[in-house]
Amino acid sequence: MSIDYLIAVMITVVGASTPILFAGLGELVTEKSGVLNLGVEGMMLMGAIAAFATVDQTGSPWLAVCTAAAAGALVALIFAVLTLSLSANQVATGLALTIFGTGLSTLIGQGFTGRAIHTFDTIFPPALATNPIGRVLFGYSPLVYFSFIMVALVAWFLRGTRAGLILRAVGENDLSAHSIGYSVVGVRYAAVLFGGAMAGIGGATFPLVLTPLWAEGLTGGRGWIAIALVVFAGWRPVWLLGGAYFFGLLTTFELYAKASGASWSSVLPSEAWAALPYIATVVVLAAISASKRAGGNAPACLGRPFIPSA
Amino acid sequence: MINLNRRRFVQTAAASAIAAALPLIHTRGASAADPLKIGFVYVGPVNDGGWNTAHEAARQEMMKALGDKVTSSYVENVTEGPDSERVIRDFANQGCGLIFATSFGYMDALMKVAKDFPDIKFEMCTGFKKAPNVANYNIRFHEGRSVIGTIAGHLSKSGIGGYLGTFPVPEVVSGINSFQLAAQKVNPKFRTKVIWINTWYDPAKEADAARALIDQGCDVMTQHTDSPAAVQVCEKAGVPTFGQGSDQSQFAPTMCKTSTEDKWGPFYTNAAKDVLAGTWKNEDEYWGMKEGAIQMAPIKNVPDDVKAAGEAVIKGWMDGTYNCYAGPIKDQSGAIKVPEGQAMSDADILGLNWLVEGVDGKLS
Repeated sequence: MSIDYLIAVMITVVGASTPILFAGLGELVTEKSGVLNLGVEGMMLMGAIAAFATVDQTGSPWLAVCTAAAAGALVALIFAVLTLSLSANQVATGLALTIFGTGLSTLIGQGFTGRAIHTFDTIFPPALATNPIGRVLFGYSPLVYFSFIMVALVAWFLRGTRAGLILRAVGENDLSAHSIGYSVVGVRYAAVLFGGAMAGIGGATFPLVLTPLWAEGLTGGRGWIAIALVVFAGWRPVWLLGGAYFFGLLTTFELYAKASGASWSSVLPSEAWAALPYIATVVVLAAISASKRAGGNAPACLGRPFIPSA
Repeated sequence: MINLNRRRFVQTAAASAIAAALPLIHTRGASAADPLKIGFVYVGPVNDGGWNTAHEAARQEMMKALGDKVTSSYVENVTEGPDSERVIRDFANQGCGLIFATSFGYMDALMKVAKDFPDIKFEMCTGFKKAPNVANYNIRFHEGRSVIGTIAGHLSKSGIGGYLGTFPVPEVVSGINSFQLAAQKVNPKFRTKVIWINTWYDPAKEADAARALIDQGCDVMTQHTDSPAAVQVCEKAGVPTFGQGSDQSQFAPTMCKTSTEDKWGPFYTNAAKDVLAGTWKNEDEYWGMKEGAIQMAPIKNVPDDVKAAGEAVIKGWMDGTYNCYAGPIKDQSGAIKVPEGQAMSDADILGLNWLVEGVDGKLS
C-alpha cells in the first residue's frame, strides 16, 4: 500500500465528509436552540441547485456559495415561520420541508440537467501540492478549509460567547430564558436561519466540489446522515468534526475495500456497509442513555414548541 | 339516390345511433376508435442523462410514430420492489391497455398485477418471467460493452480496467463479462476491477467509487450507473471512459471515447402497433446492433487503429461474424463454462450469474 494510495483515500474521505460536516454543524446550532429541523435534505438540495445555477449563469463559485446559503436560509425561513410563529409541529414540518425542497429543486433544475460547470480551483498555489504532504494539506477546494473554520467558530460561539450562552439557555429552558427577558423566538429564528444557510452550503458542496453537474436528488440522502451525525456527536461541534470524518471514512472505506478486491471486503454486504453510520448513531444514542449523565448533551427543550403564555 | 321514407329513416337513425354507441360499450377493452392508453414506469428521473432519458426519448418517438392512435403517461422515480406494484396497478386501473415496466426490479410486482388484469398487455424490460399477457424485451447490451472493452484493451497501459457496477443482476454481470472478454482479446493480461455500489443513482457515491477505482490503478474505466458523475471524474483524472445509455461526451469532451446508446423506440412502437392491431403475442424480444436497438456514439479522441478496431467489432455484430460469448470461456475459478466451438445461448446470457476469468471482485 503506497503513500500515494493512502493520500488518494484521504482526499476522497475529505470530499465525502465535507457536505455532512456543513449540514451537521448548522443542524447542531439549530438543535442547541431547542428546535428540531428534519428538513436538512430539502435545504441541502435547494443550496445545491442554487449553487449550480449561479455558477452556470455567472461562472463565480464564490457567489454560488453565497446564493446557496441564501437559498438554504430562505427555505429554513418557511420552517421558522410555521414552527416558531405558528407553533406547528416541528417533526411534521421538517419532513414536509424535505419533500418541498426536493420537489422545488427538481423543478428549478429542469433546465440545468445535462450541463457541466467549471468550479473552484484550489486556493493554494499548485506548487505547494506537488509532494504527498503538500497534497494532503493544500490540495482541496476552499470550501473544505471553510468547513474547518466554521467548526472552530461555532465551537467558540457556543462555549465562549455570551450570545452562545443565551442560545444554549433558550434550548435548555425556554421559559426561564423568556422570564429573564430574552427573546426565545428571536434566538430560535436566528438559529434556524443559520442552520438553513449551513445546509445550503453543504448542498453546494456537491456541484462545487464533488460532482460538477446538476442531477435530481443530487445529495442522495446525506441530509439524514447529517441529522444522525448531530446525535452521534452528542451536540458537540468538535466531536461533530470527528464524527463527520468517521462517517466519511466508513462510506469511502467500503468502496476502496471493494476496489482492492480484498476477500474480507465481501464479508459484509454493501447494504450493511451503507447502514453503518446509522448503526453507529444508534449505538452512541444507547451509550448516552446508559451513561450517568442521563440525556447527555441533548438540549432539554429539543422539539418542543414555545408557548410563552403557558 | 336512396328514397328515404319516414319508417326507413327512423330505422337508419336508430341503427346509426347504436353504431355510434357501440364503441362506448367497448371502451373497457380496446377499440379501434379510442386511442390506446399506455403507461410507462421509470426507475429514476427522466432527465438523468442516461437510462431513463433513453426510455423517455423512446416513448416520445413512439408517440410521434403513432400520433393520435395512442396516449401515454409515465411515472418517474419509482422505487423497485413493493412500491412499484402500486404504480403498475394504478396504470391498470386507469384503463391502460399496455404497460411498460422499465427496470429489472419491477418484475415480481408486474407479474402479480398481470395476473389480476389478464386483458392488459404488460412488457417487462430486462425481465425473464413468463405469463400469457407478459412479454419481456431487452437489448443485447453486451454487444455495446464489447466495443467498449475492445477500445479499453487498446488504450489501457496498466492492463487494469475499472467497472462501476450497480446490482449483481444478469444485465450488469453480462456487461462486465463482455467488457473483460473483449479487452482480453486485445490484451491477454487485461484484468477488470469491479465495485458494486448497490444503487442505480447516487451521483456523489458514483463519483467516489470512480475515484476509488482510478486510485486502485485502473487507467480506463466504465460504469453501469445512471448519472454522468463517474464520467466527469474520469475527465478530470484524465482516464479514458465510456458513457452508457445515451451519449455522455458532453460531460467528458476529451475522455469519453464513445457511449452505448440504448434505442428502445422500436420496441415501444412495435408493441403498441401490435396491441392496436390485435396481433400482440407474449414473445420475448432480444435485440442488438443488427436491429438498431443498441448503437454506439461516434468513437473519438483515440488513435485511428483503435477507432478501426472498435468499428470492426460493431461491423462484426452487424454481420454476425463477431460474438464475445463464443467459447472457450472460463469462469473466475478457471473452470471452462463455454467450450471451444460453442457459444452462450440467449437464455444463458439473460441469466448470467458468474463472472469470467480476469474479473476481480465477487457478486455481492
